[in-house]
Amino acid sequence: MKLTGADIIAEVLIEQGVDTIFGYPGGAVLNIYDSLYKYRDRIQHVMTAHEQGAAHAADGYARITGKTGVVLSTSGPGATNLVTGIATAYMDSIPMVAITGNVGTSLIGKDSFQEVFITGITMPITKHNYTVRDVNKLADTLRDAFRIAQSGRKGPVLVDVPKDVTAAVAEFERKLAGKFKYVTNLEEQDIRRVTDALNRAERPVIYFGGGVVASGAGEDLRELVRKADIPAAYTLMAAGVMGYEDPHNLGLLGMHGGLVSNLAVDQADLVLAFGTRFDDRVASDTEKFARNAKVVHIDIDPSEVNKNVRVDYSLVGDAGDVIRAMLPFVEEKRHEEWMNWINEKKKADYHPVDDDRVIRPHQLMRSLCRMAGEDAVYVTDVGQHQMWAAQYIRHVKPRSFLTSGGLGTMGYGYGAAIGATFGCGGKRRVIHITGDGSFHMNMNEACTAVSYHLPIITVIMNNQVLGMVRQWQTAFYDGRYSSTDPHRKTNFAKVAEGFGAKGFRCETLAEFETAMEQALKEDGPVWIDCAIEKDEKVLPMIPAGASVDEIMLN
Amino acid sequence: MEREVISILVDNHAGVLTRVSSMFGRRGFNIDSLTVSATSNPAISRITVVVRADEDSLEQIIKQTARLEETRDIFVLKRENSLFRELLLVKVAADETTRSQIREIAGIYKAKIIDLSIGSMVMELTGEPEKIDAFLKILSTYRILEMCRTGITALERGGQESGPVGQ
Repeated sequence: MKLTGADIIAEVLIEQGVDTIFGYPGGAVLNIYDSLYKYRDRIQHVMTAHEQGAAHAADGYARITGKTGVVLSTSGPGATNLVTGIATAYMDSIPMVAITGNVGTSLIGKDSFQEVFITGITMPITKHNYTVRDVNKLADTLRDAFRIAQSGRKGPVLVDVPKDVTAAVAEFERKLAGKFKYVTNLEEQDIRRVTDALNRAERPVIYFGGGVVASGAGEDLRELVRKADIPAAYTLMAAGVMGYEDPHNLGLLGMHGGLVSNLAVDQADLVLAFGTRFDDRVASDTEKFARNAKVVHIDIDPSEVNKNVRVDYSLVGDAGDVIRAMLPFVEEKRHEEWMNWINEKKKADYHPVDDDRVIRPHQLMRSLCRMAGEDAVYVTDVGQHQMWAAQYIRHVKPRSFLTSGGLGTMGYGYGAAIGATFGCGGKRRVIHITGDGSFHMNMNEACTAVSYHLPIITVIMNNQVLGMVRQWQTAFYDGRYSSTDPHRKTNFAKVAEGFGAKGFRCETLAEFETAMEQALKEDGPVWIDCAIEKDEKVLPMIPAGASVDEIMLN
Repeated sequence: MEREVISILVDNHAGVLTRVSSMFGRRGFNIDSLTVSATSNPAISRITVVVRADEDSLEQIIKQTARLEETRDIFVLKRENSLFRELLLVKVAADETTRSQIREIAGIYKAKIIDLSIGSMVMELTGEPEKIDAFLKILSTYRILEMCRTGITALERGGQESGPVGQ
């Protein structure tokens, strides 16, 4: 059938199984929006307050569902506003297709109104990108974009479509969406080299990251852990994969991970790294990281092997495939001495003290997840609150702790929470945990939550300062608080009301629990502004570039 | 750090050179020279890059380049089984007293004189980069007014076609 470029975009989206997209209209995408009007019974378009929010929403949608998130924006500023969202997805390997309009092909390169070279701008933050100059290539280019976003190591792809291409007509034929099955190709001898090392190891440790989530390999990983009695630590990207009551769960690893997880990696004689990339927030001192261990790197992206840390063995493949290939050669084993040593060290780990007169972060998190229930989805912004959430939120399911790990994007949270709410069809409770700094960046998306009546609970950990930066200033800059104490007077409860949401303010844990109880009864967005003492710190902390030797516990 | 010559076969698309060079820039890989050339297959271009890299960064350069969607093949050209060539154009100040001396040097290196003016001459030389280095070193005793080197272009010896070019 003959279709316009705009209709072809809608058809390919449907063909690829997309029923929800996030975006913001504008001049260059008027034709596409006109098609979306026509296809509105099959594609829901969620309009955000700002394109950045739309990009984060597509990202949040992808993280919770595992599907490819789709974001649409107009040319120029619409496209540049996506950039932070695309980079966030790129750093965390989140599958996303971003479609941008552009000026007509005859106007490209002439500094036309709202023209920007978005494929040039996004080259280093996408797996690949395209400008489609011929409507006959539009359908296959979009299909390629979906394939690339989901294949191997996942990530964002951008397709830039000039306005005249959306109006031009081409022959379109529906195709079945391709299955993007990655095939892990391993030699038995390579697997056996790794499992032999594991079978010989006396102090093995697993350290795993987002690749295990992307692969859906949680159950395989837990089987390996049980069979060979291996304690396992996770990165920020892999919260929820291991049960929190699991005795093998060492907890979070890295700069703000526990003493015990970091010590275990330090003392291990074998470290198996699954779907993770030895980033500097984990392997801060690459010389000392896992210094007593043989290191095995298992990752789907061959370019990650030996990138940050030189490893002894590597297996390139999908985490689940690799674990299943390993399991037959893994001996059932107990490492009693090693586990005892670890349990002993747990006592020396950082344990914060309760204080009910104020709101202490660990107590807030404890109450929050008790009240939100085990099915809740947590979305964070970036800063101290993010680390507290990662440290103290328990009973999270996989794909239910959404956070900007690699890029560390303040302002990520609200958009992502909106995307997550659509991703779970509103069936799960979405909690957005933020700080007053992060929330000031993108609280505008409250209007979106109100428009679509989304029951997102935003918990603002309000310490009146940029807590994480300030904590570094305390520790490393002799308390010279340069630009971290802005003396803002924002009354969040009132702002919430102004947006048409509900707002609460609390100063004590009891007040928080009362507010939370009410919030859980609401079916629209709620903000709970929580007073946090500004000298609260995220502990433990391993300073940048240091090893566990220099861990700070107070 | 070794100087390595890498051959990259890429889809002949607009922007592919930008993609490769932008990735090199972003990752901090040092490029000595870079040339792009057509291959026998019009859908494929060849990028020849000369980099200075130790073993670790060479491994990263290869893997990161291989990751790009438009990379079809990438391989290191080893000195023993490859042919490296470079083209030089050099303009030297030359008057009656020096002209014949320069001509003599050009003769030894088999450089062609392609332009002669009252005060200067332009020579063309093709050869291995070392030969061009040596030629320029000798010429440096005269006054070099301008020069331009193309960077290395290279092929493997032997009968095999590499990568998808021949397909």
